[in-house]
Parts: sequence; C-alpha cells; structure tokens
Amino acid sequence: MAEMDTSSQGGGKKHGGTKSKKLSTRVDMTPMVDLGFLLITFFMLTTTMSKPKTMDLIMPKDTENEEEQNKVKESTALTILLGKKDQVYYYAGLAQDPNASSNPDFFKATTFANTGGIRDIIIQKRDEVARLRNHKGEPEDVVVIIKADDGATYENFVDLLDEMAINRIQRYATVDISDQDKQWIKATEATNGIQ
Amino acid sequence: MPKVKMPRKSTLIDMTAMCDVAFLLLTFFMLATKFKPDEPVAVVTPSSINTQLLPDSDVVLLTVDKDGRVFFSMDGQPKRQQLIEDLNTNFKLGLGPTEINNFKVGSSVGADFKTLKQVLNMSGDERKSSNIEKGIPMDSTNNELAIWIEYARAAQGNNNKLKYCIQADNGTPYPVIKRVLDTFKEKKIQKLNLVTNLKAKPPGSAAALYEEQQQDNAH
Repeated sequence: MAEMDTSSQGGGKKHGGTKSKKLSTRVDMTPMVDLGFLLITFFMLTTTMSKPKTMDLIMPKDTENEEEQNKVKESTALTILLGKKDQVYYYAGLAQDPNASSNPDFFKATTFANTGGIRDIIIQKRDEVARLRNHKGEPEDVVVIIKADDGATYENFVDLLDEMAINRIQRYATVDISDQDKQWIKATEATNGIQ
Repeated sequence: MPKVKMPRKSTLIDMTAMCDVAFLLLTFFMLATKFKPDEPVAVVTPSSINTQLLPDSDVVLLTVDKDGRVFFSMDGQPKRQQLIEDLNTNFKLGLGPTEINNFKVGSSVGADFKTLKQVLNMSGDERKSSNIEKGIPMDSTNNELAIWIEYARAAQGNNNKLKYCIQADNGTPYPVIKRVLDTFKEKKIQKLNLVTNLKAKPPGSAAALYEEQQQDNAH
C-alpha cells in the first residue's frame, strides 16, 4: 500500500561507479491516522441523535361538536378554562344549570402547580365520577372540556393537554370559550388582582 | 562461546490498516450526516410526557414563533419543488429557477405570496436581519395558510402517512394557535401533532403508575 517499487532496471545507462543512494519510500502514516480519527470524533460529537417528540391532538368536527356537547352529562363533566398570567379556572359541569352557576363558590381559580393545582382537581373529579354508575351499571368516565381565553399562551394549552395524558383522561375536548365564561374570568381576575 | 546476536526487530508498526479503518468510518459519518438548513425562527417548544417521535419523512411542519408569525415547512426536496412549482403557476408568483431552487433546498418559509419572490432571493442571514417575513396570513378573507396546506397535501401525493405537525413557542398567544387549528378544521384535518420536548412523568401520577404496570407485565 504505502511502498512503491521504484527500482527500475531498464532506465538510463549506468555510469561507472556513481550509484545514487536509494531513499526509502515508506511514508509515516501516523499523522494521517490522527487526522482521520480527529475528523471522526468531530462528526460523532456534532451529530445529534435526539429528536423532538410529538403529542397527538385530535380536533372534534364542528358539526359533531354540538351533538357531543349535548351528550355530555352535567354530572360527569369538568370544565377547565385558561386565562392570562398562567391562571387556570374550573367549574364542575357545563354551566348549563343557572341554579348551580349562581353559587359564589361555583367558579374557582387555581394554578399549574404540581401539588394543590389543577392536577389535584382533575384527579379528584376523576375519582368522584368513577364512583357514579351509568344506566348499564358501569363506572362513568369523566369528560374534560378545555376552553382557552385570549390571554392564554400555547404553553398553558400544551400543559393542560399534558395533564390529560398524565392523569390518563380518555375523553376531553377543546371547545370555544363562551361570553359567559369570559365574564366569569374577568370577575375572578378582578377579585384576585390579576392584571 | 560466540555470542548469539538477536536480530533487532523494528518497532515501526504498519499504520495502513488503521488508516483504512479511520477513513472508512469517516466516510460513513460524512455520508450519513444530514445538515439541517438554518431555520429563520428560534422556537422553544413546551414539554410534555409524550414519547412519540417526530417522524423524518411525510411531515408538514408549521412553526409559530412567539410573535404569532406562522412559517411553513415540509420534508423531501422533490416534493418541495413540486409544491412551489404548483403554487408558482396557479398564483402567478413569478418565481425564477433560482428562487424555486432556494425554496427546494431551504427551510421554513413565512411570507405572503406577494413577498415570496423577494424572500426567496435573499440568503438566510439577510432574511433574519431584514425581518421581511411577517408570517403566512391566516385571516378569513385571505387564508393563505389553507392554500399552503392544500397544496402540500397534493405535493405529498395524498398519502395516509402524512402528519401535520405544529411547532409553536411557549409564549405564542392562544388566539393564533386557535386560528391555525381552525384552518385545519376547515380543511377537514382532525389529526394533528404538537411538537414538544420530553419531560419526566410526575411520580405517583396515573401515567407513571400505568408505565410501571406495563413494565411489570413485560417481566
């Protein structure tokens, strides 16, 4: 590979006695190997193997949305609203019962904290609903309705969808916010001093 | 007694084989490495516990930065060329071969059809500094995002494996996201993917317990 046969015999005439000294044609390959491995390590270190992950999001059809909404029972539903400044608001049911929603304790605020935040609320509601029985005598599934106000960020939205995954909530839907909800959020913000 | 002379062995090692191995590895890494084109926007995605990987091919990717500008990107250079040529002929964008090639090998694009030619003429650094890209318009009167999605679907050959991914920044206001989601809804696309970073499952939560159960069942 690195040696070459340069001892040519059929060349020019030999002058009597003046033999030129043969130099070795061996090449020292060590620096070449060094360079090769240097480049390899560079490429190995600059190649990223980590890839971003994705979360599935299935949007309800608009037409089916109305029917779906009506199929949800008050007793199994939990509505969660996202406001500005990472605030989370929630109430039980769908706010279709004026008697229940006139109660001052109906509309509550919380945060994304790991303990004492929205996660605990979801778990509590999930377990509560699991104790109910439908007409077939099977345990009910909680349905979470997610509504985001204009002040919410994408991070809040993903965090809440992530809570659904963390607590293994099977049924949830992202729905447009109503004017009534917006009023409640405004009133609660004023009470809690959220600017 | 005559001394027995041991012939000295040369300590030189033949490095040829070593060199071969080195260059073989080097060429492998050089060929296997794909450099991603420089993205015009920096986006910090939120974290979630999902472990599903973002696929490399058959992806339409919408990037939304924290100012709410929407950028469009897609995989596959031949498909990208198909897409830009379709748009060019149908919307009379007046793009030349250079601009088409720039789109083909480039990254995300976030400009309306009027300024697209100008944007594709610039280099990556120019695009960043000039701030010419205002994002793809999505208003109800001029919903160019819907057109992009429709043409992308056609360029991808309407295959079922196609995934629509949304990569948005933590600080993106929700109304912008809602507009994007509504655009997909109008196009009758219900299955979307949100790009997130990985975070650990909180200990003791239902998802963590479920994972432990799955592992126990596997043993």
